[in-house]
Amino acid sequence: MIPPAAFFALAAVLFVLGIIAFFVKKDLLTQFMAVEVMLNAGNLAVLALSKASGKTDGQGLVLFVITVAAAEAVIGLAIIVLVFRQRKSIRSDDLKDLKG
Amino acid sequence: MALVIFIILSALCVGAVAAMIVSHNQAHNALFLVLAFASLGGIFGLLDAPFAAVVQVLVYAGAIMVLFLFAIMMFNLRRPEPPEGRRFRAILGAGLAVILLAELLLAGRRALGGSAAGAVPQGRDIAHLGKLLFSNYLYAFEITSLLILAALVGALALAGKKEGE
Repeated sequence: MIPPAAFFALAAVLFVLGIIAFFVKKDLLTQFMAVEVMLNAGNLAVLALSKASGKTDGQGLVLFVITVAAAEAVIGLAIIVLVFRQRKSIRSDDLKDLKG
Repeated sequence: MALVIFIILSALCVGAVAAMIVSHNQAHNALFLVLAFASLGGIFGLLDAPFAAVVQVLVYAGAIMVLFLFAIMMFNLRRPEPPEGRRFRAILGAGLAVILLAELLLAGRRALGGSAAGAVPQGRDIAHLGKLLFSNYLYAFEITSLLILAALVGALALAGKKEGE
């Protein structure tokens, strides 16, 4: 039997990889994908703890998280499409109008 | 047996995300993420969560990543991304990420240390989950449907406009 700690460690590794991808990459789309990786790592941690505590509630929570992530992906991609239409670029380095 | 499957799936998942970090092609990145999320769905299955596994594969590896691929097609970026020049950012990010990983692992060890042994498994079947969704989490469930509707309308309002309007 696999201990829940192994799943939790995998979730931590995935979350950290998502953060690295978010900070290393410079195009908005890949950064957005990195956010999705972090969301999935969170889901994995929730399921691991849900199994450790023996309850089904974690699965319901994960279902809601996935639904919200789908809505967030739709809106986020629409915003990126808008940015691309206005700037002809999705490099996050090109978007520094708010820099003081 | 389960351990072997877990090791294979987690290696696939971590490897695909690492390949996403290394690669510079956005379409390749999205396909790497499809692989990562599909193998993560298998890992959900190992965690006695068959419904979450199915939803993960259908919604994440299916719907969301296909949405990403459509968005990539809309951008039609002719030239591939130039390689990133600054090494400093990568090195700083990796260092901070290692520190964060250590913190997460420490916190997880503390959280999982005491309670792991005496857990009594509840009914894990999907019928139990369905009852839970429509009793305890009924409001959350209904609000979720409103949220999806709002996202649909919002995406149309944001990206559906033509250039000249």
